[in-house]
Order: sequence, then structure tokens, then C-alpha cells
Amino acid sequence: MSSGRASFRDRLFASDHVAGWLFVSPAVVLIGLFGVAPIVWALIISFQNNSLITSGTWVGLANYRHLLHDPMFTASVRRTIVYTLLFVPITLFGALAVAVALNRRLHGIRFYRTAVFAPVVTSTVATAIMFSWLLDPYFGIVNVVLNKLGVASQGFFQNPGQALYCIVLVTVWGWLGFAVVIYLAALQGIPRELLEAAEIDGATRWRAFWRVQFPLLGPTTLFLVVWLTINSLQLFDEIYVITRGGPLASTTVVVYYLFQQAFAFFQAGYATAIAYVVFLAILALTVVQLLIGRKLVHYRS
Amino acid sequence: MSEAAIRPEDLTTARRWTPSPWHLVLIPLALVMLFPFFWLVVTSLQTLTQSRTFGLHFALQFHNYVDAWTQAPFGRWLANTTIVSVTVVISNLVFCSLAGYALARMRFFGSGALFLVILATLMVPFQVVMVPTLLIVRGLGLVDTLPALMAPNLVTPFGVFLLRQFFKTMPVEIEEAARIDGAGRLGTLVKVVIPSMRAPLATVGIMTLLWTWNDFLWPLIAIQSEKNFTLQLGLMTFQGAHTINWPLVMAGTVTTQIPMLVIFIVAQRWFVQSLATQGLKG
Repeated sequence: MSSGRASFRDRLFASDHVAGWLFVSPAVVLIGLFGVAPIVWALIISFQNNSLITSGTWVGLANYRHLLHDPMFTASVRRTIVYTLLFVPITLFGALAVAVALNRRLHGIRFYRTAVFAPVVTSTVATAIMFSWLLDPYFGIVNVVLNKLGVASQGFFQNPGQALYCIVLVTVWGWLGFAVVIYLAALQGIPRELLEAAEIDGATRWRAFWRVQFPLLGPTTLFLVVWLTINSLQLFDEIYVITRGGPLASTTVVVYYLFQQAFAFFQAGYATAIAYVVFLAILALTVVQLLIGRKLVHYRS
Repeated sequence: MSEAAIRPEDLTTARRWTPSPWHLVLIPLALVMLFPFFWLVVTSLQTLTQSRTFGLHFALQFHNYVDAWTQAPFGRWLANTTIVSVTVVISNLVFCSLAGYALARMRFFGSGALFLVILATLMVPFQVVMVPTLLIVRGLGLVDTLPALMAPNLVTPFGVFLLRQFFKTMPVEIEEAARIDGAGRLGTLVKVVIPSMRAPLATVGIMTLLWTWNDFLWPLIAIQSEKNFTLQLGLMTFQGAHTINWPLVMAGTVTTQIPMLVIFIVAQRWFVQSLATQGLKG
């Protein structure tokens, strides 16, 4: 009797159905509760007038309709696009150049690499605070140096015409190391003979790089474009710490705007509708980038 | 810094010292990348008056650090951040391994659909789910507690996905041998598979640590009381309260960044490898 039960239990646990679900159950519970449920709930909230405090009332498509006629929203989208169009190419080509420079055996190369990577582990809050001080209009070192050079003091984060560009500078500094690591790993995967073969053919180094190495980096470039774009559309931390969207809303990018809507004005339904639109934009942009990328990028077989 | 200095062994291997024009590019680059850190430390050692007059004042007085630590509970915030991060990292290593292994190696009812669902949640930005996540955490009675910071990150779709991909690339033969020898699924995973998974587990551990330690938006939403702040949240409020006293703010900033920077310098090879792995999987 007992041996029969034991063998039944053995068979039950030997089957992958039980073992499989036992293995995934903690992940299923937690991802279900904090991954899947919020996605569905967020969609419902985006059709509600929700103040975060009382339970929401159904308003249908009103939040999404409001989006189309909200000049603050449109402006925040425009700022996000300007930011992304600057941040992504600067980080990408900056990182490519730095990775090429770092991809050699050289005395002190480990020191140079550490210098480039260190900002990656520095928190966005600390990065933001450091640059607030460097670019402080009154006592910041940058203005002090500019004054010595005969240039007038700049407002930087306090000048509506400059603040967003200064945010670009801060985030490029913070993200460069990440992109360099990725490019460096890819560069080290390219066999040296390929480049040497090109140089023997009489091509200059510059042309050899763009004709031979750069195409081989195609998949990496594509990944970085997608990844940097996704992250730049979600810019928030630096804005919150340095400018709070100001001055004169000149740095109110879309995620900062939706944060304000949710937690300053308690328009959580509207905020979530914005978030969903941002998500769909990211999704669409990623698909477009991957489709274009597939045509341009040659994957090595 | 010591990397750049001449060491005795370099004098014997003189050929390594061939001058390269690349130094002319790399030295300014390193200076630009390191200058914010340098200025951070310099300012933190200045008095308020010194910080407002130009010139390098290497005053070497540490009262800003003492003041920062007496004016704000940085020790408490460090403890909070450590408790949250360590819990989240360990939980991810255990549960993502289990789930990733099952999804890579076992065929069970619904496993294909489950993988697709996990992949889908991986792509949703946090802003979409932040309001309902707050409502769920509030429903569980966890708002403004440390578990609120842990719960949503205990199992990350990223970890499950990454480890599943790695388990897929491993040869099955060793596991089969172990299973024939009578080891169960769990035994095989713990004794045979995990020991050969150091690199991917390090990747999940390091990425989760970096993400949790430096996270800002979620703690900002989920925590209200100062005693439950994380380092980043604490640093932000500290800066907001003391913008007129930059040396004090800088001292606070230095102390909050030291733990991660030390871990990074000690384990740089693993950090770089982990970041690179992210790119290769993309």
C-alpha cells in the first residue's frame, strides 16, 4: 500500500507538469501580482477619473480625448523629442569613438576604462546633484572658468533656453560608459585579420573603419539605438532632482508631466492614459527601428 | 590612479612604454569623465566661504562630513538601502533561477504561454504600472514600509528571461547523467547546473543590485517617512534642504556613493561583463 503511494508520488513529481509549476510558482505569483495585474489595472484606470484616494469613476475615452487638446502635453512631447534627438546620437557616436580609442593594448588602459565606466554606477540622483553644483549660476566652477575667459556667466539650469541642453549633457555623461561597454565588447569580437586585410588593400584607417568595422557593429548599434531611445523617452530622475520641470516648464518632459498629473494634481487616470500613450509610442518606435535596422544591418552568419 | 603611475616592473619591460598618440585623446577624456567626481570631493572638503571664492582650497577639514551625518540619518538610510537591495538580489537569484530553469528545460502545461507573458511584462515601462502598483502595495498595507520597496522587484522578468536564455545554451548531457544517477529536478539544478552558471548569475545579481540600489522613482512614490528613506531618496531631500550649503551637500553625496563605487572598483571585471551581457542578449 505505502509502496504504491510512494511510486504514485514519484511519478507525479517526475512529470514536468507538477515540477515545472512548482519551480515557476514564486515567479508566477510575484510577476502576476506586480507585473501582469498592474498592466491590466492601468488600462482600466486610464478610462477612469481616478484621484488615487477614492475609487475611480468610469469616464470612457475622456482622458485620451483630453490628451489631444492639452497644449501642456503636446509641449512636453515636443521637449521629449528634442531631448531624444540630441541624447541618442551624441551618446551613440561619442561611445563609438571612445570605444575605438579604448580598444587597444596601452599603458594605463585600465585607468582610462575605469574613468569612463565610473559614472555608470553613480546614481542618477548623485549625478544630478554634482552637475547642479558644477553648473550653479553663481558659484559653479564652469561659470568661474567662463568668467576668467571673458565670457559672461550663464544661467544653465536656471535659463529656460539652456536647461534642456544641460540635461542632455548630464545624461550623456551618465550613459556614455554603458554604451562604451557594449561597443567595446562588440569590437573585441571582431577578428583583427579583417581590419588588417582592409588596410593591406590600401584603404586608409578611417575608410577601413567605416567600411569594415562599423558594418560589423551593426547589431550592436541597433541594440543601442533602441535601448537609448527607450530610456530617453522615460527621462525623469535628473529632471526631478535638478529642475522640477522648470524654469518656465522648459524641462517638463512627458514622464515628468505625467508624474505631476498623478502625484501633484491627483489626476491618476489622466496620468496613466499618458503613460499608455508613451508605452505605445515606445513600442511603435522600437518596431520601426528594428524593421529599418533589419534592412541596414548585416548579421554575421 | 596607481594604474597610470610607473611601476618597477614596467621599467624592465620597456617596450610597453612605446609612446602612443592615443594618450593625447585618452588623457583629456579621462579628465572630463573624472572631473565631476574630483570637484565633488574637493568641494566636500571646503568651508562654505571657500566654496564661494575661486581657487583650489584643499582645506582638508572634514566637518562637512560630520555635519552631514549629524543633520541627516545617512546611516539609517544606508541600512535601509542595504536591507532592500540584499533581499531583492537574493530573491531574484533564487526565484529567477528556478523559473528560468523550468522554462528552459521542462515542458509543462502552459509553459509557452507563460514565457510570452513574462516577455511582455519585460517590455512595459514602469510609468505605465506605477499607479496600480502603488494601489496594490497600499492594498497590501505596505505603503511607507521597506517591504513596499522590495515586493515589486523580488522577481524581475529581466532575470527570468536572461537565465532562461543561458540555460538554453547549456549542454543537456551533464544534467541527463545526473538525472540517470537518481538526482531529482531540484537536486540537478542545485548541484549540477548552478555551479556552472557563475557568469549569468553574477549578471543578474549585479544588474539587480545596481537597479535597486540606485532606484529613485519607486521609492519617491512609495515612501513618505524619513526613517524609511533609501540613500537616493534621502540624498535628494538633503540636497533640497541645503542648496545654499553646497560643501555640506557634496559631503552627503560622497558618502552615499562610496559603497557602490567601492564594490564597482573591486569587482569591475564582473560589472563590465554584466553590462556587456545585456547588450549581447538584446
